[in-house]
Amino acid sequence: MPPATTTVLDAKAMERTLRRMADEILELASGSDDLIIVGIQRRGVQLADRLGALIKSRDGLVVPRGALDITLYRDDLQTVGPRPVVGKTELPLDLQGKFIVIVDDVLYTGRTVRAALDELADFGRPARIALAVLIDRGGRELPIHADIVGKKVDIGGNDRVDVMVSELDQRDGVTIVRKDAP
Amino acid sequence: MTSALGKDLVGLEGLTRAQIQLVLDTAEPFKEVSERAIKKVPTLRGQTIVNLFFEASTRTRISFEFAEKRLSADTVNVATSLSSVSKGETLVDTARNLEAMRIDMVVIRHPSSGAARFLAERIKSKVINAGDGTHEHPTQGLLDLLTLRDRFGKLDGLKVCLCGDVLHSRVARSNIFGLRTMGAEVAICGPRSLLPNDVSQLGVTVFDRIEQAIEWADALNVLRLQLERMSAGYIPSLREYNRVFGVTIERLERSPKDLIILHPGPMNRGVEIDSNVADGPHSVILDQVTNGVAVRMAVLYLLAGERPELAEVAKGGGEGR
Repeated sequence: MPPATTTVLDAKAMERTLRRMADEILELASGSDDLIIVGIQRRGVQLADRLGALIKSRDGLVVPRGALDITLYRDDLQTVGPRPVVGKTELPLDLQGKFIVIVDDVLYTGRTVRAALDELADFGRPARIALAVLIDRGGRELPIHADIVGKKVDIGGNDRVDVMVSELDQRDGVTIVRKDAP
Repeated sequence: MTSALGKDLVGLEGLTRAQIQLVLDTAEPFKEVSERAIKKVPTLRGQTIVNLFFEASTRTRISFEFAEKRLSADTVNVATSLSSVSKGETLVDTARNLEAMRIDMVVIRHPSSGAARFLAERIKSKVINAGDGTHEHPTQGLLDLLTLRDRFGKLDGLKVCLCGDVLHSRVARSNIFGLRTMGAEVAICGPRSLLPNDVSQLGVTVFDRIEQAIEWADALNVLRLQLERMSAGYIPSLREYNRVFGVTIERLERSPKDLIILHPGPMNRGVEIDSNVADGPHSVILDQVTNGVAVRMAVLYLLAGERPELAEVAKGGGEGR
């Protein structure tokens, strides 16, 4: 049986979801001036930019943004091959005392977030780090949870979540490709 | 399974355009690591690297050591005068003994051409050539390519002239192979006694006068005049050499283009290059040094790790989406 693709969020629903997440980030930060939104390469960076733009358009607040590539902190570098491409990391030099919201597209095993936490620690000691993800698909292998979730989906280990952003994929949306279709 | 570069990095001869491109692209994010407050990432944690130097070197050895340490590898430096090599141990015995101590990689500098390949074929550890005789110095070639690409945005169609002692220069050879693979035009310029006989096979243009080279080139890579060459009768005197082939500000000012000057170091100021050029606006010599660390981090990253026996185990818990 061919894999079945279902749409979880279309472009409009994704926009609505991001708007809600932007509000939740502001609520979580409770007016803090020290908020920084950090996207994880790759699609987390575009989502962080969207969230930043939404916060600006709704509250007139300009939130500094950063990009984090966690490749060099992965726990499976000894085993993967060929070597993964390393993306750009751009962070404000001093994270001391800041409130950082990490943004990623999909939360799954939690290993990416573990690597991101380790990498951020090498840049300084933030006052607090929170996690915002567009999709939480369960399947955690580490004790990590998201503070802000766009949408939860319940799928099997062989299924795949594809998050598309127009900057990289020409359109917005989230689909699930089910290999374990009943 | 081997890396995208193969098991070792012995030279740029034989590397494909895609492979060289991969190293240069991988070097980009590593530049940023060296700008961090904590200049260290855990990527090569637990990997052991031996820097095996059979020849004097400051810049290259330190550059490799920084690259290794910033990737969290454990490093050991072996310099020949202090080691068993001075007791007559052969290269292979030295390396096999090191290998018996479970190392992962060897960075080798050796006065004999071909030493790096010789070693690479005989040990299981990965081998990086840090200069072997007059053969190749691939990481220097790569850092020169990166510095040129930074400046011009591309290598394709770029005109680069290697000036001076091309005959004895492993830097020149690595540059020629790398630049030509990336689509640059390459020329050489120097006294005939210091140019190789087989120029036609190298696919380069030859200039007898430095003025011609300056007029033609986008960039000059000025090679170090190895001073011991003078006593061997290759050139009449250092002064004579500087008068005819020295890269001086007066000569550069007559150039129609804003060309840039590279030098692999160490420089003989006032011989192949004048101080006001080395320290002037044309010079990218210190950018080369900075890029050297990033390029070596990229090479180490690309070669290291990959242990296929662990890949099977990890399959279950990979970071799939």
